[in-house]
Amino acid sequence: MIAGLLLLYYEFFKVGLFAIGGGLATLPFLYDLADKYDWFTQKMVGDMIAISESTPGPIGVNMATYVGFQNYGIIGAIVSTLGLVSPSIIIIILIARFLQSFSDHPVVKRVFSGLRPTVTGLIGAVAVSLVVAEVISSSVYESQGISLAMFQWKAVVLFLILLVATNRYKKHPLFYIAIAAAVGILFQF
Amino acid sequence: MRLLWNLFWTFARIGVFTFGGGLTMLPMLQAEIVEKNHWADDDELLNYYAIGQCTPGIIAVNTATFIGYKQAGIKGGIVATLGMIFPSLVIISIIAGVLTTFADNVTVQHAFAAVRVAVGAMVVNTVVKMWKSSVKNQMAMVLAIIVFLASMFLPISPIAIVLLGAVCGLVLPSLGKEGKA
Repeated sequence: MIAGLLLLYYEFFKVGLFAIGGGLATLPFLYDLADKYDWFTQKMVGDMIAISESTPGPIGVNMATYVGFQNYGIIGAIVSTLGLVSPSIIIIILIARFLQSFSDHPVVKRVFSGLRPTVTGLIGAVAVSLVVAEVISSSVYESQGISLAMFQWKAVVLFLILLVATNRYKKHPLFYIAIAAAVGILFQF
Repeated sequence: MRLLWNLFWTFARIGVFTFGGGLTMLPMLQAEIVEKNHWADDDELLNYYAIGQCTPGIIAVNTATFIGYKQAGIKGGIVATLGMIFPSLVIISIIAGVLTTFADNVTVQHAFAAVRVAVGAMVVNTVVKMWKSSVKNQMAMVLAIIVFLASMFLPISPIAIVLLGAVCGLVLPSLGKEGKA
């Protein structure tokens, strides 16, 4: 248990250290963790995003709490969340002390000119994986190869409708999540 | 002590009323930090927020640490951060507990299968928005596409990719230029 908690702290410390830019920046790292440990599956990352988007608080913190709780209960939730915020506390205190105009520093600006497209590409890859996992049936693909039969048509239709809707109407994510849940129950996803 | 208490509860309140994090928390920060507690003026707040954006970690947490530190030193930074994460810990633990109980329920499984589709659509939209705001020239476009492909098809850790992206920014000054993408 102690070893597991330490590992949880260490892994979320790394997430906090390398997830830069906020919002979904923690996502590629969580996807990677799902691959590395049996704490949660990549499918569960989708559930986690839905829960985080529908509850208050920063998404990264919510996801860390959720993963920690699922594996070691309340203690796990606390440990993974503290792991996630530890690098922030250390780095921000150092910066607040020494560098007043950190974000205007030319080196910082240059590093960020590389980081922004990189993070976009990383999250883009997760986005594609998330969608593929839902619209394509992996069992049909494995037995028959690439064919029309591998598509989960209900999911494809819902995805296309929601893609247009979320782009057009700026409603709260909770709105779309609630609608999707109802559709899922009605049409037996 | 009163100041620390106040920092904790102020950021706990901000945590409760911030959905999704990021920019959505700015109005709440303005009301609590600038207008109510006078811990910073509008310009300072934006400055803290900008620093929070370009330092590792969650933006909301970084901003909380910064303001807490400015008010009450290292203790203040830690207390403000704990305040910020407190509501998430409580709310998510309750939800996770409830969900674990219902995870095997068929209806819940149907609902979540469709919810994951919705999440996929929302994340795709976020990426499109990020692309518009952060890919400002052809070289940035090439970098984003290479990262996308590498991350999709190679067994390479996102940490290594982030570090390589930072190095690219350092050695390729034209990445930061405004231009056509």
